[in-house]
This record gives sequence, C-alpha cells and structure tokens, in this order.
Amino acid sequence: MGLLSSAVSITRYRVEGKIASAVTQAVANGLKKNAISEIDAEAVEKSVGWTSFGSPFQPSFEENSFAFGNLFVFSLRIDRKSIPAKLLKKHVTLETSKRLEKTRRRFLSKDEKQVLKDKVTADLAMRVPSTPNVYDLVWNYEKFDVYFFSNLRSSNEELESLFKRSFNLSLIRVFPYTAADLLSGLSDQERDILLGLSPTQFSD
Amino acid sequence: MLDLAVAYNRYRFLGDEFLTWLWFLIETDQNAFKAIDPDCSALEIGNRIVLENRKTKSVERITIKGDNAGLEEGRLALKKGALLTELSLIFKTGEHQCEFCIKGESLNLSNLKTPGPTLPQSPEEMEGFLLDKTEQLDKILKFMEIIFKTFICARVSNKWSTKMVPSVKKWIRSVAV
Repeated sequence: MGLLSSAVSITRYRVEGKIASAVTQAVANGLKKNAISEIDAEAVEKSVGWTSFGSPFQPSFEENSFAFGNLFVFSLRIDRKSIPAKLLKKHVTLETSKRLEKTRRRFLSKDEKQVLKDKVTADLAMRVPSTPNVYDLVWNYEKFDVYFFSNLRSSNEELESLFKRSFNLSLIRVFPYTAADLLSGLSDQERDILLGLSPTQFSD
Repeated sequence: MLDLAVAYNRYRFLGDEFLTWLWFLIETDQNAFKAIDPDCSALEIGNRIVLENRKTKSVERITIKGDNAGLEEGRLALKKGALLTELSLIFKTGEHQCEFCIKGESLNLSNLKTPGPTLPQSPEEMEGFLLDKTEQLDKILKFMEIIFKTFICARVSNKWSTKMVPSVKKWIRSVAV
C-alpha cells in the first residue's frame, strides 16, 4: 500500500538532527551509496536498500527523481529469497545419498550434515529468484517529519537502521510516549508528571 | 529520553486511554474538532472498533465491525473495564470525507483513504500529485496530532482526575445498553 494506492498505511517518524550542508547532494549520496543491490545471481537470501519512487526496479537518484518541492520521496526495497522447506529437504536428501555412496559409509556426522545443508541452501539460493517488497517514504526535511508507508515491524526496523547508516540521522518512531514527549509541547514539570503516569480506571 | 523500547511498552496504556477518551469526545463535544480544524464538519466512528479488557485474568478482546454495526457491545465492554485499542474514524468536511483506522499502542494509521488527488497520467504530473497527496495526509496527521496533544495536556493536569475521569465515567454509566 504505497503512495499511489487508494488506501495507505503510515508510520510516522521524527528525524533527529540535521545535515550540515548541501542537503540534497548529501541525501543523493546516501541513497546512491546504499542503493538496493540485485541478488538474483548470488548465493544471498536477503538484500535491503534504497530505490527510486518512480522506478523501483531500476533505481536512479538524479536530483529530479527524488526531490519534489520541499519533499524527498524515495522507497525502501527489501528483496528476499524464500526456499520452500520441502524443496530444501528433497535436495539435502539427494545430496546425502550421493555423498554416502561416494564415501561408502552408512551415516554422516552432525557437522557433515550441517555443511552439506549449508551448501545445498547456497546452491538453491543461486537458482531461486528474489521477491521484492517496496515501501515508499516521504521526508519533509524542514519539518523533521518522515512518513513511511508500512506498519510492518520488520520493514520499520530495516528502515530505521538503513536511514541511520545512509544519512547519519536517527529516526524516532512516533507512538504515545514519543508523541507526548516530542510533539505536545509539555513543560519540564509536565514531562515529570508524564513519566510517573499509571493507567486510569474508567469503570467503577 | 527513556529507552524507546521500554517506553513503548511502559506507556502503551496512554494510546488506549486516548482512543477511549476520543470516543467520549466524539459523542459529547463535536465542537472540539471544529476548533482544531475549521474544515472539519464532523468526526465519526467508522466501521471497526477493537476493545481489550486487561482487568480479567486473560486479556479479553472484543471486535465490532460492519458498516451499520451497533456499538452496544463496545459500550458494555467499557462498563466492564475494557479500553479501545483500535478505532476506525471518518473525518468529514463539507464536500469530502477521509476514512482511516488508528491503533492505540503505536498511533499508526492504516487503510487511510483520502478523496484525491487523481493518479498522475504522466511523469510531469508526478510532482503535483505528490505534493497534493502529502498535503492531504498532512491534514489528517496534524489533526490527530493536535487531538492527541489536547488529550496529553489534559492527562498530565490536575483536571484529569478531578473533572475528566468523572465525566468519562458518567458518560459510560449513562449509555443505555
């Protein structure tokens, strides 16, 4: 459910800190440096990186592709290869038989089984294509606001670490406590009261 | 600031109290929403609410959904000590309406449907689309931010226990089931 969908899901973030100078160029550099890398021909099961909002499968980070008015708009892409358990089991069984026949033994040791399983997993990962998931993001740099168009915990966690790595800025998720502490304009005294709050009983 | 993971769990009750208080406000003071956003003609409960009662031994969850679903069971659950954990809302202006669902523990919005803009037909229309769409989303997010701010300011004041809680309790008791 991205920005172009009729219905969207939003997780809101507050950006902590500022980029020292040449903001657009610094953002472009961060995006290019951490752009998604293709893993279809590699023995890798997951890849996480930035991609373009307009062309998520052909990332390009020229200025006019991610800067729109006062907004930066781009996407997080997470590619995952999922190897079905039954497929893995089939290939491990076949490879185990081959190995036993070749070595004229009746059993493999625990370590040998693990090494063989890892090899089969890596071989299959080379042949299985990855499935891409794309999550859009709007960053209003001047207002320190980021809207991330997913409520999935895993994609939010990937976003938080990749954003920090790319721009050296922390994202603070807006949930009840942070909304109260950061967005509600409370005085120091009110913040102290907030820290000591306990649940209210509305029923008798 | 506290460790965020600790703060998320320690203060998640604030989100549930906020949604419960918001239901009370929707039924008792629509003018409050007009004061926050003059474009808002009404804020209404949508087609889904979820309540949880943590006063029982195991957590009891009540979900009410459907376009014309009655909220009587939800009101009964409030009387028994449940709080709202998810709430579907309809933000109405004179001409349009926005529907969305808000979750208490995270304040995340889901299924947010705005009245426009129409999808861009060419790359040249993309910037206008993005700016319009973000402006519409901003309007809802800022509206909810101000309502939450109103709640939290009341929550940390003396008025919470002396005025607000008795008013909410009275409202819960008064609801005919």
